[in-house]
Amino acid sequence: MARRWTNDLTLADSTPEAAFWNRRQIMAGLAGSGLAAALGSRARADEGLEPNSWEEVTSYCNFYEFGTGKGDPSAYAGRMTTQPWSVRIDGLVDKPGDYSLEQILGEMTLEERIYRFRCVEAWSMVVPWLGFELADLLNMAGVQEGAKYVAFETLYRPSEMPGTAYKVLDWPYREGLRLDEAMHPLSIMATGIFGKPLPNQNGAPLRLVVPWKYGFKSIKSVVRITLTDEEPPTSWNMANPREYGFYSNVNPDVSHPRWSQASERRLGGGLFAKRQPTLMYNGYEEEVASLYAGMDLAEYF
Amino acid sequence: MGSLNQLLRRLPVWAVYLLGALPAPWLFYQGLTGGLGVEPIKALEHEYGELALQLMILTLAVSPLRRLLGLNLMKFRRAIGLLCFFYVTCHLLVWLVLDVQLLGQIIADIAKRPYITIGMGAFVLMLPLALSSNNLSVRALGRTWTRLHRLTYAAALLGSVHFVMLSKGFQIEPLIYLGLTLLFLALRLPVLKRSKNPTSPGTPSRT
Repeated sequence: MARRWTNDLTLADSTPEAAFWNRRQIMAGLAGSGLAAALGSRARADEGLEPNSWEEVTSYCNFYEFGTGKGDPSAYAGRMTTQPWSVRIDGLVDKPGDYSLEQILGEMTLEERIYRFRCVEAWSMVVPWLGFELADLLNMAGVQEGAKYVAFETLYRPSEMPGTAYKVLDWPYREGLRLDEAMHPLSIMATGIFGKPLPNQNGAPLRLVVPWKYGFKSIKSVVRITLTDEEPPTSWNMANPREYGFYSNVNPDVSHPRWSQASERRLGGGLFAKRQPTLMYNGYEEEVASLYAGMDLAEYF
Repeated sequence: MGSLNQLLRRLPVWAVYLLGALPAPWLFYQGLTGGLGVEPIKALEHEYGELALQLMILTLAVSPLRRLLGLNLMKFRRAIGLLCFFYVTCHLLVWLVLDVQLLGQIIADIAKRPYITIGMGAFVLMLPLALSSNNLSVRALGRTWTRLHRLTYAAALLGSVHFVMLSKGFQIEPLIYLGLTLLFLALRLPVLKRSKNPTSPGTPSRT
């Protein structure tokens, strides 16, 4: 484990007892698999932020390859084949090639990261991810001098993805990060949630999670990672450049043409849930603000 | 069609009001009890909005259906129109009270976001229609009433454009609603009205 970043959100204290014991049972079930050690050793901190429920995280998803409804991914993503799975890592890397998921996981140590997750549609969740730092994966492939950006691609398999019958977006789904964003210790590749493998609708078997950016940047079911020297095209930016910028950092002061970004609604509050103020960089300002020093955030939205 | 019309004649209008209004409390109850999923506010907002749009298209369909297929729903048109207004109001209230909540943001949204401006426009156009949907107004306004109620066409157009604009990416469903709205509006154009009128078999058919 890299330990370049220490989790400051934990399940303890603020988690209802039943949920807490449920977690202990999951961990007991994982004993001996190596996962329990990773989970058990996570740092404890005072700030407690209660994760959303399994049902909330897995039933309310945007994964347009399976349909545009929030319930479509959980209804249809089951048919996506995730074994075998490989990721092509190419471009400006020392060791380009197709890496099988087993090969990748063999090199990585999983750890738990409890992150706020903020959708551009102004709803949010707290998700206990399981994964490894993207930097470790990129270092495994060897980032070459001259690489400035990282491009990602989601699986595009129309036979298993009913939503791709319509050109809602220009498939395959694409996302990208600047290299320094990708190498930031907060950026992870997730393989699980709640100590379990990722359900398909959440981007199995391997997805990006960049907690200070709007959710659509955290691309799901990744099959290709390309190091480039140019800013790569990204799906929502291609579809509507006025509404979705390349950076898409969570920013309550930069309004989206469709939604005010000043506040958000945490899922799980029911019909009378109150809005809460959105935090700069989704609450990770201290960690990431320096990446954007001197940039006009209204221009590079 | 004749027997269907006879059946419809026996259906009292109050039953249409009752059946048409029932989904509103039912959906609200579903939202309270988890039936609308983990984000019930958005779900309720969408359900009410979509019902309103469907009823709006149905009111537009009433006169072409009679003219082209002989199906007579005239007796229920006012009920359908008022139910449509009822659901638009429910949709607006959910947005105001449950969704956006903050007055400052509500005003900013209406002013700055075109799809919301357009949706509000549709609601405003429907206000005089709902208020004048009574026999007294029909009598008092005479021909003006007919002209006034052509605002329905504009409201329907704004409503379906509102749905198209709020959808992310290229989506089919809102385009189907817009297509139906345009179809029923086009059927009112004088040129189409003449050529498709089955009651005057003398005119040459284009189909």
